Parts: sequence; C-alpha cells; structure tokens
Amino acid sequence: MGYKAKFRVWRGEGGEGRLEDFTVEVNEGEVVLDIIHRLQATQAPDLAVRWNCKAGKCGSCSMEINGKPRLGCMTRMSTFGEDETITVTPMRTFPVIKDLVTDVSFNYAKAREIPSFTPPAGVEPGEYRMQQIDVERSQEFRKCIECFMCNNVCHVIRDHEENKPAFAGPRFLMRIAELDMHPYDVVDRKDSAQEDHGLGFCNITKCCTEVCPEHIKITDNALIPMKERVVDRKYDPLVWLGNKIFKRTGSKS
Amino acid sequence: MTQTTADNPAPARRQRAQIKERTLRTDQWWRYPLVTFIIFTAFLVYATWAIFDNDFFVAPYHAPFASPCLAEAVCEPDARLFGWAPLGDWYTWPPGLLILGLPAGFRFTCYYYRKAYYRGFWLSPPACAVNEPHSKYTGESRFPLILQNVHRYFFYAAIVIGLILAYDAVKALIEKPGGVGTWVLIVNAILINLYTLSCHSCRHITAGRLNHFSKHPIRYRAWGFVSKLNAKHQELALVSMFSVMGADLYVRLVAKGVLTFPFA
Ligand code: SF4
Ligand code: SF4
Ligand code: FES
Ligand code: FES
Repeated sequence: MGYKAKFRVWRGEGGEGRLEDFTVEVNEGEVVLDIIHRLQATQAPDLAVRWNCKAGKCGSCSMEINGKPRLGCMTRMSTFGEDETITVTPMRTFPVIKDLVTDVSFNYAKAREIPSFTPPAGVEPGEYRMQQIDVERSQEFRKCIECFMCNNVCHVIRDHEENKPAFAGPRFLMRIAELDMHPYDVVDRKDSAQEDHGLGFCNITKCCTEVCPEHIKITDNALIPMKERVVDRKYDPLVWLGNKIFKRTGSKS
Repeated sequence: MTQTTADNPAPARRQRAQIKERTLRTDQWWRYPLVTFIIFTAFLVYATWAIFDNDFFVAPYHAPFASPCLAEAVCEPDARLFGWAPLGDWYTWPPGLLILGLPAGFRFTCYYYRKAYYRGFWLSPPACAVNEPHSKYTGESRFPLILQNVHRYFFYAAIVIGLILAYDAVKALIEKPGGVGTWVLIVNAILINLYTLSCHSCRHITAGRLNHFSKHPIRYRAWGFVSKLNAKHQELALVSMFSVMGADLYVRLVAKGVLTFPFA
C-alpha cells in the first residue's frame, strides 16, 4: 500500500534557508511527522524537528503544512492526494532556530506578563468553594495544549512584527478571559486586557479558532466576551452611570 | 555553559524563516473573501435601490426596509405604526432613510459582519495564513474602528425594530391570513428576531458579564439559550439577510402590480 510522496521541506538556520525537494516512502496510516522522521532516518540526518508525544497532546510539533498551521503528528497522509507535493515549513511568526524548529519564547514572555490567579485575601488554598456552573466556561480554555499555532496564525503579529510588544496573542488574551471569568479571582483584568495586552488589535477574524487543534472556540467564547467586558468598563456610559448610582464596585460581579 | 535565553537571544535566533511566498496554501482560500464580497455588495446595491423606491406598502403588507414609516406626507394612514406619524408634512424624503441607519449600524458593527468584511473587503487578512496587503495595522485599538464598541446600543435598537417587524407580520396575518406575503413577512420576522437574539452583546448582557452563574439561575438559563443561538450566529446573520431582502422585494413587487396571482 506504500507509495512515494513528494515533499518540499524548509531547511535553514537563523532565517536564511530554502525549500528542499525530497521523494519519500509513505505507508498506510502514517502522519506527516512520521514522514519527517523517515526523512531524518534515510536522507537528511540533520533535519531538525521538535516533537514529543505523537498524540496531539504536547503541542510540540506545530508546523505549517501546505501553508496551514497544523500539528505534524495529527495530520494524516491520507488527507493528501498521492501525486500532491506536500510543503512543510516552520511557523512563520517566530524566529527559526533550525529547519522546522522555531524559538517560541515570545509566548513564554507574554505568559509571564499576566498576573497569576489571585484568590480573595484570607482564603487559603483548600478553602475554595466553587460551583461547577461557575467554572465550566473557563474549563474549555484549559484544554489548551500550548501549541501556539493560534499566536502563529494571528495576522496582528504574523504580518506585523512591530505589534509584538503590544499584543499578547489569542492564547494569552484567552488566559486573561479565563481569569476574568473565574469566580474566585479578584484581580481586575479589563483595563489591562485592552491597554497592556492589546485586545483592541484583534479584529475577530477567527483564524485562531480555525487552527486550534483542541477546537477551542477562542474568538466566540474568550475574545468576544472579553471585548464585551472591556466595553462595560471603558466604552459604555450606561454601565458607568449604573455603577455610580448603585455604588457597585467596578470590579467583579 | 552557553545558553541562549529569551531575553538575550543570539542574533541568529531573532529572525523568522525568510519565505517570500505570500502563502503556501494550496486550497482555494480566496473563495470565502470573494463570495463574501459578492454577497455583501449585492445586498448594498439592493438596499440602496430599496431606500429610494416608493412602493413600500400595499395593505396589509409593509416592506421591512421602510418599516416603521414615521412621516405624515409619505406614509398613507394604514402604513403608519399604530397610526402614528411624528414627522409632519415637511418630511418628503423616503421613509427608509429615517430608520435604516439602525439595522444597518447593527449589522455593520456585528461581530460576524466585522469578521466577514475585514476579510472580504479590507483583506485584513484575506484568509488565515495569507499575508495581508497592509503595511501597518492597529485593528480596533483606535479611532475609527474603536467605535465598533458601540455595538450593544445598536442591539437595543434592533430589539425594537425586530418587534416592529413582528407587529407588521401579525397585522398581515390578521388581515390576510391566506396571503403568501403574510407568510413571507412571518418567516422574515422570525429569522430577524433569532438573529438579534443570537448577538454576542445579547449573550453578554443576559449573563455573560457575570462570574457567578449559580447566583443568577434565571439569567444563566437565558444565557444558555442565547449561547445555543449564538453558536449559529453567522448562519442566522446570512439567512436573515436573505430573508429581509426577499421579503422586501416581494412586498414591493406586489405593490407595483408585478406579482398579481390570487394569493399574493
Ligand atoms: S480572532 Fe483576533 S486573536 Fe484570533 S487570529 Fe483573529 S485577530 Fe488574532
Ligand atoms: S488555544 Fe489552541 S491553538 Fe492556541 S495554543 Fe492552545 S491549543 Fe494551541
Ligand atoms: S508531538 Fe505532541 S502534539 Fe504532536
Ligand atoms: S449582531 Fe452579530 S454580534 Fe451582535
């Protein structure tokens, strides 16, 4: 059942590089990462690729396959025609180290900028009491495997390197939404979502949602609700007036 | 040990893979923006024509693009909302001009339409992983696009418009239950109201803004219902756009005497 597939793989170090052509054997049931490994074993022993679980759960093998951000280990060869040339490149938005391996430290730096979960003063770990329906919404976001393909595909930084300092990317705007919706978190995150983390840059074109391998509805369930929360805080005169009249504290309801 | 850290990357690690192709996608990624462009343009052309077309009423049918009709000089008594026409004789322009800004603004600032026209008209981005043609980008972070944040006010207006269209449909049902136009208006009113209820701002207002659903069981249930509709927001936006255009055209064709079959 095997056949010879045509592959074009980006090879290079530190930005400079080119697409190299390979013809390589494919067997039934294989995924793109298997083929990359066969290339390593047979034709290109120094081909660099990052991977770990081969089960779509570690988020290491993010790459771009025929121009689309995909997990190499979850992209079946059977979804391509036998005569199709398959192009494999590293994620475009992050600096490349070698071949298919990129330096994703941008994402770790952004993660560190977000204040962590902060329970009310005087409540010790172990004393939290939450109802399922109150935490359910943010549980969807916990499915994230940190493959960073959403941040990679987001045109705000993919096409505009200069926006990187001001924009946390969908992965971390979703993290802010998760904490802002959390029934036990007391930090107010609305102003900083807009001012420090660049929520306003997002124009809800949903590419993050399209590529997420965990099928998290990032735009509908995290980014848009967060935008609406920011409107409450910053752009809605009626909510502002209501808060004044009823002396509601601006923070969490 | 020499280690390259995020704060002090070696020069070689600062550069992205230099790939000159705008995209390496091999599928027909241009279809979505192209189809969007064609459909929205057709809708705009139709709406512009409809505003200036005066055959918007033929008892008991009222064309949705001209409802409510608020001016004495241009709305015959039957066409007025509860017989009410706050604008006097001086107003002689098309009645649609008075109200169309509300549904138009609602759709223009709708999160789905924003996505669709940012992609289809502004190409920002044209499709995922396809470079956009603009050299600078600030999105909705500053003027003018920051004004998209008024969406919820258009939502409040859209509720009112939705109720008026429902009223028009019920009125037609009472006066001419067997008319095809009646059922066209009923279907349209249902779709428009479902679209309105599926709005992201509506979802936020019902309970999305709360963190303790358990303390607000009724709002939580409403949120659950709106969330279900919201998952179909794009579909409802498109279907209701076609239905409102179809219903509007239908009423005008009856009013013009183009459609004359017995149950029209
Ligand atoms: S929806 Fe927003 S965050 Fe997601 S990819 Fe598009 S612009 Fe980026
Ligand atoms: S949200 Fe989805 S696409 Fe983004 S990092 Fe997590 S799993 Fe990957
Ligand atoms: S290797 Fe772990 S997700 Fe692909
Ligand atoms: S109508 Fe589409 S989001 Fe409000």
